Amino acid sequence: MKSNRFYLIMLGLVILSYLATAFIDNQYPFYAGFAILQLMVMALAWNILGGYAGYVNFGSAAFFGLGAYGAIVSYQLFAAPLIIQILVGGCVCALLGLATGYLTLRLRGVYFAIATLALLVVAETLIHNWDYVGGAAGAYILPSRTLEFLGVLIVGKEGGLFSNNKELLFFLLCNLALLTIIICRIIENSKYGRGLAALRDNEEAAESMGVPTLKLKLIATVISASIMGINGGFFPYFMTFIEPTSAFSLDISVNALAMSLIGGTATWLGPVLGAIILGTLQQIATVTISSEINLLIVGLFLVGFVIFAPDGFLGLIKKLGKRGD
Amino acid sequence: MFSFELLSNAIVIGILLGGFYAALSIGLSLSFGLLDIVNIAHPAFIILGAFICFIFNSSYGLDPILVGIIFAPAFFLLGTLIYRVYYESFEKTGATALRGLAFFFGVMFIIEVLLIIYFGVDYQGVQAEYIDYKLTFGVVDIPFRMFVPFVVAMIMTLGLQYFSSKTFFGRAMQAVAQDTLALRLMAIDPSKIKRIAFGLSLATCSVAGALFVIVMPIEPSIGRLYIGQVFAIVVLGGLGSQSGTLIAAMLLGMVESLISTFFGPSWAPAVAFSALILVLAIKPTGILGRVGDTRG
Repeated sequence: MKSNRFYLIMLGLVILSYLATAFIDNQYPFYAGFAILQLMVMALAWNILGGYAGYVNFGSAAFFGLGAYGAIVSYQLFAAPLIIQILVGGCVCALLGLATGYLTLRLRGVYFAIATLALLVVAETLIHNWDYVGGAAGAYILPSRTLEFLGVLIVGKEGGLFSNNKELLFFLLCNLALLTIIICRIIENSKYGRGLAALRDNEEAAESMGVPTLKLKLIATVISASIMGINGGFFPYFMTFIEPTSAFSLDISVNALAMSLIGGTATWLGPVLGAIILGTLQQIATVTISSEINLLIVGLFLVGFVIFAPDGFLGLIKKLGKRGD
Repeated sequence: MFSFELLSNAIVIGILLGGFYAALSIGLSLSFGLLDIVNIAHPAFIILGAFICFIFNSSYGLDPILVGIIFAPAFFLLGTLIYRVYYESFEKTGATALRGLAFFFGVMFIIEVLLIIYFGVDYQGVQAEYIDYKLTFGVVDIPFRMFVPFVVAMIMTLGLQYFSSKTFFGRAMQAVAQDTLALRLMAIDPSKIKRIAFGLSLATCSVAGALFVIVMPIEPSIGRLYIGQVFAIVVLGGLGSQSGTLIAAMLLGMVESLISTFFGPSWAPAVAFSALILVLAIKPTGILGRVGDTRG
């Protein structure tokens, strides 16, 4: 019953996001919305490994960037359409995620975090030195103004389902975010999620009770990495230009971690709330003050929350609710 | 492309660079290596120190190294203050790993943005008489801009190593790293020792900042590029071992210098970090590690 309601709401949001693209003419909401959704997907994906399994990944930006560059490579090679680009990005990251998963065999806690940070630097350096994808100078994607699929005009000024590419991307990213929420919810409510929680609390104990820790960790890293990669795959198409420094920026990693921590890492609702609150604040600050303030907001919230509200926004609400009784 | 001249110059620069890296990471080998405080903001504090040197150098013409040493006590106090917050909010409750990391990330961002607001994002440098000199031995050039920081770095690193292995307080720090519980049973408060040790680790940031701004021009978020380097050095050297840190710093400096001479500077980070990943995966205790466990 409750589950049905959840899926109905999800379906409602899909329709709502399409209606938004159909009826809102001003392009700014899509731009800002895209940025916030991007943060949300990163935070949700980070939380699968960081929140449920307790492995802190500093290298989120590596997966994001490789997803973006996977898209670029497929575009350069055979001018692949958008969907293929995004899927290529996701597949590249799934493989890297698997490799990262094997790292967890030997490294835990801070050491795992440092190894993923190193991974980020290595990935950025490789792309930096790969001239085929533009090297340090960056690469362009110039999407056509119209897009047809199976005889249906998907993007077109007159009579298309979406009037331009940005609106299409916004709609698709909305769907990705909702899909990620559904995946997270399924993980939380399954045997698999309980296994991850067990190994987060005590890996040796979980192992000796028969929890297949390695398998669980590998699945978690692969899911988390491929979602980040798919998310990155949207990035070059949306920005039409990409260069390694911004695609592999440490900001992306820290934002993903910060949104989850600020929202609360226990459930999917935490990263979603964190991304909406912080992302909206960041967008407002960017427009009214300057984009540098973004980082300050993240920094202050991060410090404030870890000190005063260790269980994040959701934990805070719960605590206040209990006090009221 | 390969020549004796290039090679010998690359080796000399590698050694000098290694000394400089040692200065950047020696503080972290105290905080992260000995005290298990994952101070990801360490390079950001170094850049803060560098900007303080820049202010006093550009407005009063003071020597950056002098400013760095004068401000070391201030950084020490700042360190004890930060450790107090860290202890009260995280260590006491036992929830350090993830939240402590996040805390220092937040601190890093705050420092960066405040510096950006105050100084802007332009590169800034310092003036001192010795910066433009260089010594020449045959084909080998020794630029003073690298040599002076190298000397100061070596004094600081060796001094700290002497301090932590020979003095009473230094041994107390090692004791905290080895067995906190045993200290508690002796009625010694480990948090007091840790507070001073963390202050000491930040004090090195002030001096390292002075060296940094001599070696290269600075901008507020340049510290980020060195997060990987300093952690790599501390882990490679074996946590908490000052001599190991020095060796690892030299090694990394040498590798980077050789790679950038013969393959181009843009490849240097990949090699250093691939080495780090390999070391973590194969011999996590580093070169001269205390016996520890990376799985905890």
